[in-house]
Amino acid sequence: MTIKETQEEIVEEFALFDEWMDKYEHIIELGKELPLIEEQYKTENNLIKGCQSRVWLHAELIDGKIIFTADSDAIITKGIIALMIRVFSNHSPKEIADAELFFIDQIGLKEHLSPTRSNGLVSMVKQIKIYSIAFQAKT
Amino acid sequence: MKAITETLDIEAIRKEFPILSREVNGHPLVYFDNGATSQKPQQVIDTISRYYEYENSNIHRGIHTLSQEATTAYEEARKTLQNFINAKHEHEVIFTKGTTDSINLIASSFGKKYLNEGDEIIISTMEHHSNIVPWQIICEEKGAILKVVPINDKGEFLFDKFEKLLTNKTKLVAVTHVSNTLGTINPVKEIIDTAHKKGALVLIDGAQAVPHTKVDVQELNCDFYAFSGHKMFGPTGVGILYGKEDLLNSLPPYQGGGDMIKTVTFEKTTYNELPHKFEAGTPNIVGGIALASAVDYINEIGIDKIEAYEHELLNYATEQIKQIEGVRIIGEAKKKASVLSFLVEGTHPTDIGTIIDKLGIAIRTGHHCTEPLMNRFNIPGTARASFAFYNTFEEIDTFINALKRAVKMLL
Repeated sequence: MTIKETQEEIVEEFALFDEWMDKYEHIIELGKELPLIEEQYKTENNLIKGCQSRVWLHAELIDGKIIFTADSDAIITKGIIALMIRVFSNHSPKEIADAELFFIDQIGLKEHLSPTRSNGLVSMVKQIKIYSIAFQAKT
Repeated sequence: MKAITETLDIEAIRKEFPILSREVNGHPLVYFDNGATSQKPQQVIDTISRYYEYENSNIHRGIHTLSQEATTAYEEARKTLQNFINAKHEHEVIFTKGTTDSINLIASSFGKKYLNEGDEIIISTMEHHSNIVPWQIICEEKGAILKVVPINDKGEFLFDKFEKLLTNKTKLVAVTHVSNTLGTINPVKEIIDTAHKKGALVLIDGAQAVPHTKVDVQELNCDFYAFSGHKMFGPTGVGILYGKEDLLNSLPPYQGGGDMIKTVTFEKTTYNELPHKFEAGTPNIVGGIALASAVDYINEIGIDKIEAYEHELLNYATEQIKQIEGVRIIGEAKKKASVLSFLVEGTHPTDIGTIIDKLGIAIRTGHHCTEPLMNRFNIPGTARASFAFYNTFEEIDTFINALKRAVKMLL
């Protein structure tokens, strides 16, 4: 599945929720299910500091594809991270660098990417792109 | 509880704040972020509109009628502020952009004149970044030392530790009157008296105190007192620096420009008298006038009544929140203003803030610009509800129910 297709799939899944409450409950569930980042990668280096919640992001290039793992101390942030990983992880650096991020907007979570929210997600998206460019240069 | 509620007609008061009748995310707004900024009554909003519709012109320099009217209104506003804090002279009241600006002014001008290598400035652990960083900057520049008074686990200022930190090298003590994160009311009168005995001057950060309690700068005998307009029902971008006349006269200007000079030649410029010496450039004229309107509003209600009612709100909210399992209150000082900082075990403050916002409730989450204080408690941040006199017991019930719902979702 391409990055675009995964995003479309998520948009369809979220279309099922009428109530914000259900949407957030689902995100919280995703947050709880997100595989834990290995403790060794929860380093200062991998820490993306937001004003409110902390986000750790680790990237590895395996067989030409970037594998992202991440964590946050806030569960809603973590749920959105789980979605980001589902979208971006396991794709080539070029695919990630070229991809356009649209699902957050379309599932009605735009506010989480607004600069005022300062939850580290904006920086996380930037960091994902930076990794893809860096790995592209290496391959 | 009833006595005060009966003397304040909260329902009528709420009608005077237009924003309180709006909805947020489909729910009636519950505004519990008063520590960050307060809402504005109609009379303040009207003052702003009227100024631009009727009076607008530049002050202190025009010969025409409009300019004279605006100048009179601005200088009348200064008098209103003087009376509000009981300053001895109106020229001891300097209009600034806000508390941060006021503190930076003193850090810069006082630092330039009086601070030498090895001198000391004392602050406390519970200071807002705006009462830390300006001192760090000037200390670094001058080779002076910044010392920090610790607090106990309840969030109270440790007076005996403070006394030990004071030396004859201490030039200035800068402490907050009320902690924005903990709500702690500090014993500022005792701090001022003790510092003075050692020959140190005292600046009080009054941003969180002025909207909630009577401040009398002469009774306190503080050397400088700083506060903001927007936290006391006035507009943003205006605040006050109070300073004792002799001291302010002895300080060099902070910024250069129009209005702050007597004569300018390329060889030598002489400075204007107080308060204009510290008010370079066209000020926030409407801000000053509208701030006076906010003071009038507070005076009409009565600051004592406001304080008593807010105290009841705080007590009620504290009792209610304690019923929720896993709640930890950060800031349990004996004397507290209407600030309730808390954590719920197993949840992150941001998540709580996000969910209850969906239910129309505005609180603040994060480190509240007090990172060293968060480090002291070894926590990343808190959720903070802060109350004003237009809040109600019913709103607290709504908040508590929303909080329970959020915790249930998150755990």
